[in-house]
Amino acid sequence: MNDQMQKGTLPKTVEAPSRFRNTIGKYSIRRSSKCVSCGLCAELCPQGVHPRYEAYNQTLRPREHKCIGFDCKKNDYYCIDRCPEGALTLRLNPVLETLGDYRWTDEMLIAHWEMAETGDLPVVALEYNLGNSGGGFDKIRFRHFEPDAYIDVEDEKIDTRLVLNKRGDGRPVKTLSLPCYGGGMSYGSMALNALVGRARAAQKLNSLTCTGEGGYPEEFVPYKEHVITQVATGLFGVREETILYAPVIEFKYAQGAKPGLGGHLLGDKVTPEVAAMRETVVGNSLFSPFPFHSVYSVEDHKKHVDWIKAINPEGLISVKVSTPTDVDMVAVGSYYAGAHIIHIDGSYGGTGAAPDIAKKNIAMPIEYAIPKVHNFLKAEGIRDKVCLIASGGIRNALDTAKAIALGADGVVIGTADLVALECVRCGNCESGRGCARGIASTDHELGRMISEPYAEQRLVNMYMAWRKQWCKLLRQLGMRSIGELTGRSDLLVHLDYLEAAERASYQPAPKAKTII
Amino acid sequence: MPKKYHIPVKPAEPRFHPIGKYATVEFREDCAGSCRQCVKKRCVYNIFNENVLHMAAMEEPEYLYTCQSCFRCIQECTRGIFSRAINPDYRTLGDDYWRAELIHRLWYQAHTGQIPVSGAGYRGPFVAPGFDSMWTDMSEIVRPTRDGIHGREYISTCFELSRRVTPLRFNDDMSIASELPTILEVPLPLLLRLPSDLVANENIRLTTAQSAKILGTFMFVAADDITPALEPYADFLIPSLTIENYKNHGEKVRRSRAVEVAFAAGIEPVLAEIRSLNAEAPIVVRVPLDDRAAERTCLLARADVDTVTLHADDHGNELGTESPRFIKDLIREVHLKLVEGGLRQQVNLVFSGGIAMAEHVAKAIICGADGVEADTALMLALECHLCGRCRESLSCPVELDAGIDAAWGSQRIVNLMGAWQSQLIELMGAMGIREVRRLRGEVGRSMWFEDLEKENFGPIFGERVVPGP
Repeated sequence: MNDQMQKGTLPKTVEAPSRFRNTIGKYSIRRSSKCVSCGLCAELCPQGVHPRYEAYNQTLRPREHKCIGFDCKKNDYYCIDRCPEGALTLRLNPVLETLGDYRWTDEMLIAHWEMAETGDLPVVALEYNLGNSGGGFDKIRFRHFEPDAYIDVEDEKIDTRLVLNKRGDGRPVKTLSLPCYGGGMSYGSMALNALVGRARAAQKLNSLTCTGEGGYPEEFVPYKEHVITQVATGLFGVREETILYAPVIEFKYAQGAKPGLGGHLLGDKVTPEVAAMRETVVGNSLFSPFPFHSVYSVEDHKKHVDWIKAINPEGLISVKVSTPTDVDMVAVGSYYAGAHIIHIDGSYGGTGAAPDIAKKNIAMPIEYAIPKVHNFLKAEGIRDKVCLIASGGIRNALDTAKAIALGADGVVIGTADLVALECVRCGNCESGRGCARGIASTDHELGRMISEPYAEQRLVNMYMAWRKQWCKLLRQLGMRSIGELTGRSDLLVHLDYLEAAERASYQPAPKAKTII
Repeated sequence: MPKKYHIPVKPAEPRFHPIGKYATVEFREDCAGSCRQCVKKRCVYNIFNENVLHMAAMEEPEYLYTCQSCFRCIQECTRGIFSRAINPDYRTLGDDYWRAELIHRLWYQAHTGQIPVSGAGYRGPFVAPGFDSMWTDMSEIVRPTRDGIHGREYISTCFELSRRVTPLRFNDDMSIASELPTILEVPLPLLLRLPSDLVANENIRLTTAQSAKILGTFMFVAADDITPALEPYADFLIPSLTIENYKNHGEKVRRSRAVEVAFAAGIEPVLAEIRSLNAEAPIVVRVPLDDRAAERTCLLARADVDTVTLHADDHGNELGTESPRFIKDLIREVHLKLVEGGLRQQVNLVFSGGIAMAEHVAKAIICGADGVEADTALMLALECHLCGRCRESLSCPVELDAGIDAAWGSQRIVNLMGAWQSQLIELMGAMGIREVRRLRGEVGRSMWFEDLEKENFGPIFGERVVPGP
């Protein structure tokens, strides 16, 4: 157990309500003018859907996202039936069909907002483990659990740590409390408060976040023990001091959302502050080169790694690559060049701006790449010497567990962090003033819609809810540590590989009609 | 270095509000009326600016196109009067192949000439039938050029319609002994052909011919439709003939840079006659993509034919069968048959049908095509809704039947083709390939669903029981 877990100091979850006055839930409750404000609904509802202040007898808008919907009908506190005036109506929220997509469904989004708000798993019946994509993680299930395997241990005693340095090369071992850390989001692509909030959450969770390629703002310095400095092809903000700050230095060769293309930051987001950080011109789009112009071979790559290792003798090296056909060879090459962490970034993920054609078509989905790399490293006899991190399309706690069972040690999360900050995945991160919800925006007005404590607490809450899911899963599998799950692909089934009868015994893949 | 090929894209505003995905619903009776926090005034996208005007003038609300669905009006309105729905027109737009979101993106590209870019990752299905069951490869360190895909060195998207001479023979003094045919090079692997079943009039043909000229590519057009108005663009037109009507168009054959003839029994003497009329012009033969397409293409490759154009239906499906295969598999079949017969270098292959996105161009070429044709997509660039009313002789909702400004229309097509070319370059750049001709048949630079499943999931899950997409 690491110090933090031994002392039982995993962060506390504190309610962090939505920034918006009207929340979006699965159900919609309307109160008609027949309401006489008797307050019965407020007294009845244990979910707190009908808020009411003492000594204030006017009605307030229902907190719809707390409503458990038609499942409540069996209860004697079902407000719709109990309202003496018949003033309340309940229905499925009609905006749901305009929310979400194949990968992040409406229910997955709402559930993650709820986790980020409460730090607990949603009470409302929402499908948050499976998307609608019809393949990959959405078709993979954990095998039925052996009833005898169950172990009765409390969450605090379950080990969800991730060891980053397995090389035994004298550098720090560096252990994180969770099997995941935050992906690179650059200064310039995101609101600074959101970025610092991520760093603060990483500190609380004993995890990491990553600068992305946009430089190292001063605001990160207090959290530097939990901030990865990214060395990307643009080399923005790569200075001796920023390399010395970081416990882990990440080389970004490519990224899953736009493999084979450099980072994109469109002109509107290049504000004077961003331009100053990157030493560029205000308003000019920044397309980072691809690939590293100093790397033509694995030997050149080794020179890069040696360079950073020489500057920071305590730093660990992570190499982030995309998932081409030869990703397994790339991983082995990176290990021999001296990397501690091989970070493979699948094609379906990404948070920032990327050409639609690249996101959809270039490089393979992460579900294929994980076993490919895991098995190749095993065959090479070096699997135990390297930390394999997967990212790109890993959306939730169960995806994380499946990725680990397929062969990863841990995962990197990007989109789910944004969702915790109430991203609706409208996809307009790049255009004009940037994100209308103030998450991925450098606009002077929009970029201030988020406060650091809000971002920190929402993220802490979401990850603590995920941890509950992992602990539950590990108990059912009879494991005390998430490390035991790595590479246990024998615990997984894929629905399309099962005969019909057996397939029917597993939760079917969601198949809702989605309009994108 | 030769001058860099450049497609002059510039914004070409739509004439009609394109159909947007979202419709904002307001319950106005619940509005507070004089609220100082009105979300309409704060909309980041200003979609409510002309709200009053369209109510007064009974015009279509502009926000049906411009709403980006950030949910802020829904979540911030003090009275909660907003809701959102999918625009009913969007639901009925297109069909199961030409889907609404695809049409929407095509309109955007024709409007702006830009590559569609968005944030927050991919949002579609994991895998889908057709071209969506393959991925293109990339390289971590191999680069196509020394200074990036938009640098001074450029990535070539040229292909030829003329025959290649292999191998070259040399005289003793090292001068070339082989007889060299005229090389007819097209700067991008896209030829234009208007679909025959949608609005087709001289105005639309003129518009498309103009864009062929700007792009430096060719437009196929039935020889009977080449009217005097199209004459200024004759260098960029390929007259399409049949064995019945070719005799009527001798003059057009003589002065065209390439000639197309529809495949029919007894075509060989016709080809010889056309060659005798114009020895310089490559001969193109148009073949339907059915179960005999591969065999016929081999036959034509042995005959005196430079290029074969093979056409599937507008959904990319095989012709003349109840259970059609998709164009992706048909391209593989024709290409491999020619490779087996040692004939692939004899002839250029251009495929059409279902080419709806830039990625389809790259994927078709990976499967074995030299180039592809843009067809239905051209009409979409002109704002067509694919409603099919023109097929029933009804009026066109975007007035394509009433005539359009050819300069505007050709710019829209140029924009779309420009956006496609830029995307093709992005894909090639990621692969580390700097010549589209080198991409032809290069399946090693792609990953296929069946192979990925077998290689990576097979050892874990065993045999796949449910067939793929």
